[in-house]
Amino acid sequence: MMKIDFSGLEQNASLRGNPNELLSGLSTAPEFQIPNTNDFDGFQKESIQMVKPAKGTTTLAFIFKEGVMVAADSRASMGGYISSQSVKKIIEINPHMLGTMAGGAADCQFWHRNLGIKCRLHELANKRRISVTGASKLLANILYSYRGMGLSVGTMIAGWDEKGPGLYYVDSEGGRLKGTRFSVGSGSPYAYGVLDSGYHYDMSVEEAAELARRAIYHATFRDGASGGVVSVYHVGPNGWKKLSGDDVGELHYTYYPVEPTTIEQEMAEVSVS
Amino acid sequence: MECVFGLVGKGFALVVADTSAVHSILVHKSNEDKVMILDSHKLMGASGEPGDRVQFTEYIQKNVALYQFRNGIPLTTAAAANFTRGELATALRKNPYSVNILLAGYDKETGPSLYYIDYIASLHKVDKAAFGYGSYFSLAMMDRHYHRDMTVEEAIELVDKCIIEIRTRLVVAPPNFVIKIVDEKGAREYAWRESIKDAPLSAV
Repeated sequence: MMKIDFSGLEQNASLRGNPNELLSGLSTAPEFQIPNTNDFDGFQKESIQMVKPAKGTTTLAFIFKEGVMVAADSRASMGGYISSQSVKKIIEINPHMLGTMAGGAADCQFWHRNLGIKCRLHELANKRRISVTGASKLLANILYSYRGMGLSVGTMIAGWDEKGPGLYYVDSEGGRLKGTRFSVGSGSPYAYGVLDSGYHYDMSVEEAAELARRAIYHATFRDGASGGVVSVYHVGPNGWKKLSGDDVGELHYTYYPVEPTTIEQEMAEVSVS
Repeated sequence: MECVFGLVGKGFALVVADTSAVHSILVHKSNEDKVMILDSHKLMGASGEPGDRVQFTEYIQKNVALYQFRNGIPLTTAAAANFTRGELATALRKNPYSVNILLAGYDKETGPSLYYIDYIASLHKVDKAAFGYGSYFSLAMMDRHYHRDMTVEEAIELVDKCIIEIRTRLVVAPPNFVIKIVDEKGAREYAWRESIKDAPLSAV
């Protein structure tokens, strides 16, 4: 019985005995390592998804000399579909405190409303307004007790109490951070860049509002999940006040107006003789 | 990338922790204090999930205070460590806490002590310990340079060596650290080691 000849399948068989110097560089086919996974095409998407913050929005808040500035975009997206361009992402907990919405819209709205109720009950029971520290701790404890059950909330509680302006970041994993500058959402890295480089403690209200507006605009420019209208609120000693609501498309042309192109040669009418 | 480490010296114990609050690739804050002062003579450095870390350490702190109110005397460090471990162990197979803890304390009778309690509720009384990616660097540094009955100056030199090693070799090294000390005078903050300062709050 003849044995099947597999020599043709061996890669280097034909070139092994070749003394020719010209061809010696081609003796082994160039190899590259393939990723150690079953899904060659989709494996990278998983790692990018892991890094990408899951909440499709951009919100930011910072403390400065005149109080707290809070700003947010207004786009709601479901995967690749923009479901709304006019979502209110800054929630008015009470006349002295604001909350921002990132993550699940229903979760944020419900729990902020619930926090507003608890704050009012505190006022009635203790005859004084609740502090920002207290309000954020109430929310953080509630969210912590629901951890692992799928709530998606990334919020900032901003307010002015007896100790002055206060800002806390609270999320559905139970984390609570006190700070002076925060940005939450998928567009937050872009907003942080603009916010960090332009920030001074002693800005005026107009300068701070412009910084907040600009930071959200730049985030909406680069992040597909953020857009719509930039809302800017200011929290001062007498409570919060909405300062502006600008469409980011229009903001783009105020920041980067279209330059009229220089005309090199104009076509003129040829006179008919 | 959280780094917590600690060591015991002559009549004192130190706990050092990084101060970054991180969420995937974003640094939310670089001055977050992760070493809690449990009571007058106890320090608890914790690392792990942010919600668990704050909630669990506050729970232990309040229970330690409650014991003192009820019984008129404070818990010893060993008792506090065993209580902490017990709470972690009870929760472990129901609703586990993802926190690693270094508990340092000073007792009048027994002097300074350091307890290593990890997230699966194992407890060890040790002279030096570390958690996190930073432990790969700080443990070796401490093994090499540590000796019993170090003075505060020698211990701080060793801590600085560890921090420099972490900053040099860890790929996403935290920029700032806080050092807290507990001795017979009590538990207090000793120093910060900052390489990135946040924008100052008050106008210059």
